[in-house]
Amino acid sequence: MSDMKFTRALADPDHALKPAGRPGPLGKPLVLANDGLPEEEKAWFCDAYPTASGPYKGILENFLNWARSKSLWILGFGTGCGAIELRPLMTSRFDMYRFGIQPRPTPRQSSVFVIGGYASVKTLKRIVRSYEQMMGPKFVVALGSCTINGGMYWDSYNTINAIEHYIPVDVYIAGCMPRPEALLAGFKELQRKIRRGECEGAVKYAENFEWYKANQKKVIHDWNMPDYNY
Amino acid sequence: MRTIPADIAERFEVGPLVSKRADLSTLDVDSKDVPELLARLRDRHGYRHLSFATATDLFEEGVFVLTYMLHNHEERHSLGVKCRIGRENATMESCHLLWEQMWTYQREMKELFGIDFPGSPRVDESFVLEGWIDIPPMRREFDTREYSERTFPTRPGRYTKDPATHMKEKLYPEAL
Repeated sequence: MSDMKFTRALADPDHALKPAGRPGPLGKPLVLANDGLPEEEKAWFCDAYPTASGPYKGILENFLNWARSKSLWILGFGTGCGAIELRPLMTSRFDMYRFGIQPRPTPRQSSVFVIGGYASVKTLKRIVRSYEQMMGPKFVVALGSCTINGGMYWDSYNTINAIEHYIPVDVYIAGCMPRPEALLAGFKELQRKIRRGECEGAVKYAENFEWYKANQKKVIHDWNMPDYNY
Repeated sequence: MRTIPADIAERFEVGPLVSKRADLSTLDVDSKDVPELLARLRDRHGYRHLSFATATDLFEEGVFVLTYMLHNHEERHSLGVKCRIGRENATMESCHLLWEQMWTYQREMKELFGIDFPGSPRVDESFVLEGWIDIPPMRREFDTREYSERTFPTRPGRYTKDPATHMKEKLYPEAL
């Protein structure tokens, strides 16, 4: 199936696999350069800018936000040492399933991305890729001091200092490491923010896409993936 | 008390056998003799296991010290073979034909110290760093703090107090 899609995209680069992009100054959609990809692979990937959807208001949206807050699916991607704190949450002692929180194997099914502590440049590349592949509305919980100001790796040559320069963050959980109780408190805070309609990270990312992309490309020197990994 | 085996002492110019612990000794040797010495230790003296190979940057003396740590399972003894190579255009003969896993250590040393091992498999590929464009980060002239401040933006509005000055201000303000 995927092979068929690829061959169709190769035969016709303007095939409708690509969503309509953000309109440019002359009314034509802006197109991403995808300079990091080899020429023969450019037709396989999206070259449209992300478009901001929302923020929506109203009774229906309040209901949807309530539903979203009760069904938080975490991307099962442990990006740093803090991911070890997610394991006790699954066990009977802390039991995150009672809040509707459960891990999922793929970014396409997840709504919460937990940045588990320090993010090296190599991991940041995978974080950006996974974050962009997640469906909106998507939420980011950054745990540990490292995501806030670098923590103990504040002068490391390979660890970024503030994750919010690269992807939007909804809730920070301070600590090194934060205990599972702190994580649960963070998730409860995330649920409250979602219900208040304040978690619009995907919209923020789409609106400030150039700024985030410039920051990412400033530290990731071997950019060999699409500019927007949808 | 361990001594250097006679066949090694007569074939190579080796330094004294320095005993660090009952089960650990080191031996200094000239860098050009290293592959031959390692092969002899492996084949005739029971040091069949390569624990690791690593480099130390002696910035003040202008040399890298390469350490090949071998282990003898019968005698439960580890032997570190050390050699010195110049820091400028540092190049060392590759030993990946003696132990297959050696190329991983050599690739790591190439990336983190900039020591070249011509002929070693995949030695030019990136190992832990991807897209590194500065000087190798484990060299002592690399300033990691300066690099971090230049590359990774921090959160504004944070400041750090020097603990000594802060406690003096707090406890003995008249002394300042």
